[in-house]
Amino acid sequence: MIFGIPLQALMGQLLVGLINGSFYALLSLGLAVIFGLLRVINFAHGAQYMLGAFTALLLLTVGGINYWLALILAPLIVGLFAALVERSMLSRLYKLDPLYGLLFTFGLALAIEGTFRYFYGASGKPYAAPPQLSGAVNLGFMFLPIYRGWVVIASLAVCIAVWLLIEKTKLGAYLRAATENPVLVQAFGVNVPLLLTLTYALGAGLAGFAGVLAAPIYQVSPLMGSNLIIIVFAVVVVGGMGSILGAIVTGYLLGVVEGLTKVFYPEASNIVIFVIMAIVLILRPAGLFGKEA
Amino acid sequence: MRHFLLTTAAVGLAATPALADLSDGKVKIGILNDQSGVYADFGGKYSYEAAKMAVEDFGGKVLDAPIEVVTADHQNKADIASNIARQWYDTEQVDSIMELTSSSVGLAVQALSKEKKKITINTGAATTELTGAQCSPYGFHWAYDTHALAVGTGGALVKEGGDSWFFLTADYAFGYSLEENTGNFVKSQGGTVVGAVRHPLASTDFSSFLLQAQSSGAKVIGLANAGMDTQNTIKQAAEFGITQGGQKLAALLFTLAEVHGLGLEAAQGLNLTESFYWNRTPATAEFGKRFKERTGAMPNMVHAGTYSAVTQYLKAIQAAGSDDPDAVSAKLHELPVNDVFAENGKVAANGRMISDVYLMEVKKPADVTEDWDYYKVLATIPGDQAYIDPAQSGCPLVK
Repeated sequence: MIFGIPLQALMGQLLVGLINGSFYALLSLGLAVIFGLLRVINFAHGAQYMLGAFTALLLLTVGGINYWLALILAPLIVGLFAALVERSMLSRLYKLDPLYGLLFTFGLALAIEGTFRYFYGASGKPYAAPPQLSGAVNLGFMFLPIYRGWVVIASLAVCIAVWLLIEKTKLGAYLRAATENPVLVQAFGVNVPLLLTLTYALGAGLAGFAGVLAAPIYQVSPLMGSNLIIIVFAVVVVGGMGSILGAIVTGYLLGVVEGLTKVFYPEASNIVIFVIMAIVLILRPAGLFGKEA
Repeated sequence: MRHFLLTTAAVGLAATPALADLSDGKVKIGILNDQSGVYADFGGKYSYEAAKMAVEDFGGKVLDAPIEVVTADHQNKADIASNIARQWYDTEQVDSIMELTSSSVGLAVQALSKEKKKITINTGAATTELTGAQCSPYGFHWAYDTHALAVGTGGALVKEGGDSWFFLTADYAFGYSLEENTGNFVKSQGGTVVGAVRHPLASTDFSSFLLQAQSSGAKVIGLANAGMDTQNTIKQAAEFGITQGGQKLAALLFTLAEVHGLGLEAAQGLNLTESFYWNRTPATAEFGKRFKERTGAMPNMVHAGTYSAVTQYLKAIQAAGSDDPDAVSAKLHELPVNDVFAENGKVAANGRMISDVYLMEVKKPADVTEDWDYYKVLATIPGDQAYIDPAQSGCPLVK
């Protein structure tokens, strides 16, 4: 017993927190990549997450394409859509104040969500988990749905892969260099605009991937992203704007903190992340992993 | 001569009461509800459509004056709703506001309308407070309330042996009201309430709350929430093996719209209470089909209830010969409600419209022969049993 909560229940809640943290980590990673390299505050991230889930749903209902293929195809489709948006519209705003990028992506999110709400209503549609991952295992202290276990593994793997891509590969080095000094990198013959488009597509694709992962757990609905996006922004701020490792670690960490709050004081579970954000901003304005400017 | 003129004037007035007694020469009804959030399918723009249908079926005119329906989205926020209501009353000549999904909104707008002497007919909110301590001489409550849901779904499950309950409750006025009503009813039937957990409105993940409900060991987990929150709870409860573990889920406020969104695979076997089902009688089926042609969806009790409320309001204006709120309110209290929604419904002194409610079971996917035919009607609960006895409601208007 810890503070009147049975240890078994506490273990269960820790695990649940880790599962939710997986979504926070994946989504805040995408945001951090886009902000870190493009200096764009991507308010369309929630909409791109929702698009991922809906793409999986449409692939299944219209094309008969199963979950496993959708897990690869949907992020690619969302990434492609994002690349088009970046090329045709967003890239024109780089020269302006970052506020314009924020306003543009916010408007874009509203337009996408409004369109889906028009066609699908607010209740949305169900998406079944793949048969290989349905069912649950009894861990003794809790009943773990196999699908949720898979979510933790898949998101962890993708997070590590993206971190390696950006920190350890040649492409990642170009990307980082392009943000530091785009003119110099271009002078070395690197196609900087293409790099930026790819980066935005990668960030959006990560959101789409999280959307497909989320589809069997939550109702696939036009509002699924807007309910989550504010929390994810808080995660990015706590982790340090633009810090990739910070986004990942903070995502899992805050998922766990939120899970524990649901046990000790459930009414506060919606605001605990923001309370932490406020405290971090006061003590370390650059975030836990951010570099002081 | 002077006498003659007065007489003709008086005769003229009596012959055309519409022009004389209708404020600003038309009747304007506002449908105010959630059109973009968690309750957008529960009521939403389809309620607006139902109101327009009622106006068309009435002939588009009452006392020779045109009828207009306007609508707005209150985003489930009581302050936004109050601002819209104030603007409608003060500058746009709206005569009455209806639907008002979400209990906090319903209470706020009813209080404002009481002060402004305007009629509200609530078809979307659930709290019994509307016709309890906070009742209003101009406020009416149609379609359902938390007491009717408690008696319907709670009663059925206790009868089947589900005598220990744990509540998963939405953290605002509606959730408390539903939890309290159901809890009291369960206790009055000899059951016990072992605990409750409150979750914020529009949560996405319910697994923590579900684990707490699971470890409580209660036989029934009462879901005192609504809309998408309930859908997500039911979906995630299946993941955590709650029903396989022998615990039963009671979706206390769940309508056809949410069953459709959730899908029968996850919803089958659920017990729920509604005051309307489109496939109950030939008349309701005819109404349902007309509604579906316009909206693409079958109506739930909120949509059909809004149709009934608008119709009854127009009937009351006609009977009163005026849209004066005091006269219309008197007629609304007096006239029986007989339409596609209610048979021999009556409005009590506290403003509660009392008509039958139905206990349903969601069919198995294999048993559905027709699109949207999701329910089996298990029992009819007479209105007098479903709703609080007006004398016990705590409403000061009941003497």
